[in-house]
Amino acid sequence: MARIELKGISKSFGAQRALRDLDLVVEDGEFFVLLGRTGAGKTTTLRVIAGLEKPDTGSVAIGNRDVGGWTAAERDVALVLQQYSLYPRLTVRGNLEFPLRSRVRNFSEEEIAARVQKAAQTLQITHLLDRKVERLSGGEMQRVSIGRAIVRQPSVFLMDEPLSALDAKLRESLRVELKKLHSDLGATFLFVTHDQVEAMSMGDKIGVLQQGRLVQVGTPADIYERPLNTFVARSVGSPPMNLIDGQLSGGMAEIGACRLPVRAAAGAGQAVTFGVRPENVVLESGAPGEARIFDIEDQGVIKVLSMDMGETRLHVTVPAGTHVARDEVVRFGWKPERVLTFDPQTGVNLALA
Amino acid sequence: MARIELRSIQKFFGAVQVLKDVNLTIEDGEFVVMLGQSGCGKTTTLRAIAGLETVSSGTISIDGREVQDLRAADRDIAFVFQSFSLYPHMTVYENIAFPLRAVGMSQDQREAAVREVAKVLGIERLLNRKPSALSGGDMQRVAIGRALVRRPKALLMDEPIGALDAKLREQMRAEIKRLHIARNSTSVYVTHDQIEAMSLADRIVVMHGGLLQQVGAPEEVYNRPANLFVAQFVGSPVMNVSGVAIEGGAGAAVLSFGQGAGIPVAGGHVGHIPGGKAVKLGIRPEAVLLRHEPGEGFVETTTTNVEPLGSHEIVDVRLGETTLRARVEPGFVADGQRVWVGLDPQRAHFFDGETGLALRRTA
Repeated sequence: MARIELKGISKSFGAQRALRDLDLVVEDGEFFVLLGRTGAGKTTTLRVIAGLEKPDTGSVAIGNRDVGGWTAAERDVALVLQQYSLYPRLTVRGNLEFPLRSRVRNFSEEEIAARVQKAAQTLQITHLLDRKVERLSGGEMQRVSIGRAIVRQPSVFLMDEPLSALDAKLRESLRVELKKLHSDLGATFLFVTHDQVEAMSMGDKIGVLQQGRLVQVGTPADIYERPLNTFVARSVGSPPMNLIDGQLSGGMAEIGACRLPVRAAAGAGQAVTFGVRPENVVLESGAPGEARIFDIEDQGVIKVLSMDMGETRLHVTVPAGTHVARDEVVRFGWKPERVLTFDPQTGVNLALA
Repeated sequence: MARIELRSIQKFFGAVQVLKDVNLTIEDGEFVVMLGQSGCGKTTTLRAIAGLETVSSGTISIDGREVQDLRAADRDIAFVFQSFSLYPHMTVYENIAFPLRAVGMSQDQREAAVREVAKVLGIERLLNRKPSALSGGDMQRVAIGRALVRRPKALLMDEPIGALDAKLREQMRAEIKRLHIARNSTSVYVTHDQIEAMSLADRIVVMHGGLLQQVGAPEEVYNRPANLFVAQFVGSPVMNVSGVAIEGGAGAAVLSFGQGAGIPVAGGHVGHIPGGKAVKLGIRPEAVLLRHEPGEGFVETTTTNVEPLGSHEIVDVRLGETTLRARVEPGFVADGQRVWVGLDPQRAHFFDGETGLALRRTA
């Protein structure tokens, strides 16, 4: 059992508060992704769980046991980092065996060989076992460093941006592999990233971190469709959700001179920030909205339009076959059931408040 | 105004040949993006045009005049780098005006030129600031302003927005494109980011191993890749590529993926492919079709992975010995569920299994 529970964790580095009263629960066997920008506290959270950093306040429990006084080695967690930090002089096999040869563990040679073999099979690096690490590609090195974590058979894997240094094609395939590895091992995964695509595509749950605080925890669908506030709303999805200031009046969004239907409570002229994702805006002749095309990005499968509606710039994704020109004036509507409303002051999602 | 022509350009660094016979014509007013991985030769090509790098052989001409032996300063070309390299002790105004110091211009003319370029870039309010008080995006705007103020014949940019965060990059892309349209200057832009290339370019030049792989408009590179490298470099997720055997004749053929899994296609779609050759099928995720019930041309399978991305989902299915990724609507199918998979033969690409070259229909 490896449920992770953080309660009231705060941590400062000098005057800088990295974590503020952080509560976090990762259930046993869950793939949990912490999503945040640089400096949000993602890595510090990982290091606190790993025992590499001591929190100023709060408690850390792994498998329902308080591990606050335990050393990193005693916590039975494996850490995979963006930098591979393999031993360059050793072969792949040597690197995989290394953590098992530690004196405190006392594994037999048969046990070591069996574990290395199994890890290599899982990661499909059996053919590389006798190769020197320095002769591997980036993706292979990252597999070896994951392998070095697996051989110890820990119950918790902590991963700090392990895919960020790899090229796009490799990242795509390792995303799928990591998910498969997670379901094969049944271990608890806590994965840290700034990349919303990684968070959305891999996580059973996503936790969105902002300035040392956990803003929202939910499934990818929760985070994408029911964000608690505008910060969460804009932290997933590309291009990000459009936020448009206007008034909510009699079931209509009033934005400048145009009126668009919404599903939110009727409203009587209160100021509201409307949130709509680019794929939920629709170009249609005769639709109530009007905007001028500022830019067109052809991404092959879709086109991303930037268009100006008065002072507001909107992003819209349309099918690749759509023909529009720069500076053309177009009419648009949106899918009323997909439009969110936020408090313009606090940014809170009014439907969830 | 500048038409740039590269003829048989070769470049060696010691024994390493980084450019192997590069031939390219960039039309006046065109926005060309050179796309490739690090080490493919794209930056070397750009630096050769600028005169920051000599070439081992071949000619470079600008508006018909050979310039390969001219110094960078004599080519009338401006260059923008990823690192902004502004003068920290000068204001924004002084930074932008700097290239004009050697030009015979009156004080008034100089000021007019700086203000005009600042207006185009939307940085008029920053003219009195020092670079240290600017955001990353504004610094790069100033760097572009400094490059443009002389009205150079061509503007060369080397990953100019690669160091900015994702949101700012998106915004700067649109601005750079608008600026290009407003100024109509010949622009050559280097990047490793295929989305940047797709969204900015009139034409994309895909480079790999010091060779041009394909030169074409974004939709052409996306829809008619010349070879496997281009096919898999442009597009996200990556185009599915799988070895296939083509069985049957002109009337109706079957694409066989091994282990008895085959998808029937009308013979017309594969009639141009020579028999007895190793062939690879390339098909983009949006051309892999999934449905919930059997149908002609569809094969039963099970989903092995689902990536929910919010606006759409990427679903993996097994087909014989291969895994295909499909792009579907959100919530279409769950992991481990039974589905039927088919292919849109109009959007199927075939490549020579040995050379990787596209096997095109002669039409």
